[in-house]
Amino acid sequence: MGKTIMRKIIAFLLMALPGLVLAVEAGYPLDPAPINLEDKTSLQRGARLFVNYCMGCHSVQYQRYNRLARDVGLTDELVLQNLVFTGAKVGDTMQNAMSKTIGDDGKPAARRWFGAQPPDLSLIARSRGVDYLYTYLRTFYVDEKRPLGVNNAVFPMVGMPHALWELQGLQKPIYEKHKDAEGNETEVIVGFQQVVPGKLNATEYNAAVADLVNFLAYVAEPIKLERQRIGVWVLAFLALCIVVFYLLKEEYWKDVH
Amino acid sequence: MANTQGTTGLRGWIDERFPLTELWREHVGEYFAPPNFNFFYIFGVLSLVVLVNQILTGIWLTMSYKPSAAEAFASVEYIMRDVEWGWLLRYMHSTGASAFFIVVYLHMFRGLLYGSYKKPRELVWIFGMLIFLSLMAEAFFGYLLPWGQMSYWGAQVIISLFGAIPGIGPDLTVWIRGDYVVSDATLNRFFALHVIALPFVLVGLVVAHIIALHHVGSNNPEGVEIKKYLNEKGQPIDGIPFHPYYTVKDLFGVAVFLFFFALVIFYMPEGGGYFLEHPNFDPADPLKTPPHIAPVWYFTPYYAILRAIPNKLLGVLAMGASIALFFFLPWLDRCKVKSIRYRGLAWKVALTLFAISFLALGYLGALPPSPARTTMAQIFAVIYFGFFLLMPFYTRLEKTKPVPERVSYRTVTVEHAGEAKSAVPFGRHG
Repeated sequence: MGKTIMRKIIAFLLMALPGLVLAVEAGYPLDPAPINLEDKTSLQRGARLFVNYCMGCHSVQYQRYNRLARDVGLTDELVLQNLVFTGAKVGDTMQNAMSKTIGDDGKPAARRWFGAQPPDLSLIARSRGVDYLYTYLRTFYVDEKRPLGVNNAVFPMVGMPHALWELQGLQKPIYEKHKDAEGNETEVIVGFQQVVPGKLNATEYNAAVADLVNFLAYVAEPIKLERQRIGVWVLAFLALCIVVFYLLKEEYWKDVH
Repeated sequence: MANTQGTTGLRGWIDERFPLTELWREHVGEYFAPPNFNFFYIFGVLSLVVLVNQILTGIWLTMSYKPSAAEAFASVEYIMRDVEWGWLLRYMHSTGASAFFIVVYLHMFRGLLYGSYKKPRELVWIFGMLIFLSLMAEAFFGYLLPWGQMSYWGAQVIISLFGAIPGIGPDLTVWIRGDYVVSDATLNRFFALHVIALPFVLVGLVVAHIIALHHVGSNNPEGVEIKKYLNEKGQPIDGIPFHPYYTVKDLFGVAVFLFFFALVIFYMPEGGGYFLEHPNFDPADPLKTPPHIAPVWYFTPYYAILRAIPNKLLGVLAMGASIALFFFLPWLDRCKVKSIRYRGLAWKVALTLFAISFLALGYLGALPPSPARTTMAQIFAVIYFGFFLLMPFYTRLEKTKPVPERVSYRTVTVEHAGEAKSAVPFGRHG
């Protein structure tokens, strides 16, 4: 009897709760980022894109160059020649000048230039998620109303310029009219149309962004692959402990009735 | 002669000066426990394991952590990247925090299932509740230390709750923070409380909890007192010595726990965004309020109760009451029978509803509020409080089943009070 009541309550909850979950606001859908931390050449390409297109404004202040070299399969010399434009030593972290530039008003200068300080990107892949970054970097579109001429589908009113525009070119959004829950018509971005071609075609650009996001995912947690490798051994050891301790327990408990 | 244990050699020398053998016998070697502990009885030991884990990893984290607003966030990343095995220490500590609440909640639920709070274990229960309160304080102080966005704004929201107290509220919040906003001063004092004050209190209370438990003896899933039947040495005839029986059994339980613990540490240290919240990877920014501030999962049931009540002061009071009511459980429950196995339908239904409402409140408290969710939270809050406040009534009318006289490991006893005791086919121990 108690069990039937419990089942009814659980059944009710199972029916009611998903409705509550689905009530979250729907934004621009995120595309899954096709990244692979094991792909060292992808990480190398991502690092090159980052230092060329992003690092003018964004630092990765917790990532050391020589750690990067070791983890993506480069030598210190190669990293110094190809990735260091700031005169940093190979043991330094990936800082830039803008993050430290203070304006006449005593505040970070970038705040006046862009309205906000470009954030450090060491942990951006962990705070926003890689799918967000992958979609964000591919959904800049022309918007004359914005001070920098571009807007973004997943980050409306974004303060950042389209730093990768020479690779992607420029695109304009395709809108569809949708009715929301209250019956009001709203315009929703459903896709994009190329208006200025870039150096890369759409497929190449997607691959480049994937490399860049892969790099950001790596710097967010450089230990990730090693932690997963060590984990196998730890779990195997604990599994062995479980078996041994179980047999030990059975042996001792034989004489308990 | 101070040595009453008859020991010789080094141990005899020590026993003349310190009750080493006596302590061992009283708490381990000759602590007699019922033989019929089930799955739910592992969580006390696991709480102790996690406590030790938190203390040890905490000591090493403290060696590299900087408790200042300017350096805290960076020092955590320094631990994650530049300190040898620092990432492991940090994940063991952050996962340990959530694991602590998982095992403590299950440990408390065990108490509810088998009536472990009832006479003569009221003080065991109250010490346990004091541990739970200290643990919540410890977790709250600790959560500020990484100095991420959720650390900062979570602390801001929780401290502001004290502002609802009439008269002294606003001054009290300033006194807690040491500033008008959460700042370097707040971080520094929270660090002091997290690494010195609360650990002392916790360890002291754990000792009191165990001393009280060993004084009255352990309950068991049958809710039967093994101390009713003693042998000529005054030991329970149905009890088995904690060592070696429960030391080896617990060893097995601890290994199973550590397997799952390691699974989280090595393969999902963020715990799906619940153990390490995603916004906490952004450094604290006093000028940027996150769109949705949710406390860590283990506080969400109480947070949901707080939000369910439109009036802030009443909400804070309800939240306080939702925790304080646990203290009164030994006296709210009027039923003489301990274990749910022999209790009436009223209790089974009430406990089931309570467990469901606790989980549902936890779920709702983690989500951004909406009118539908607030209504749900209100319904579950009513059930939550109803469980406690109506308890004196529904437990008095309960139709209980007869409780067996004695317990055993393999045979489920069905001998009822009043029947021939000689029918009990065991009792070789002690």
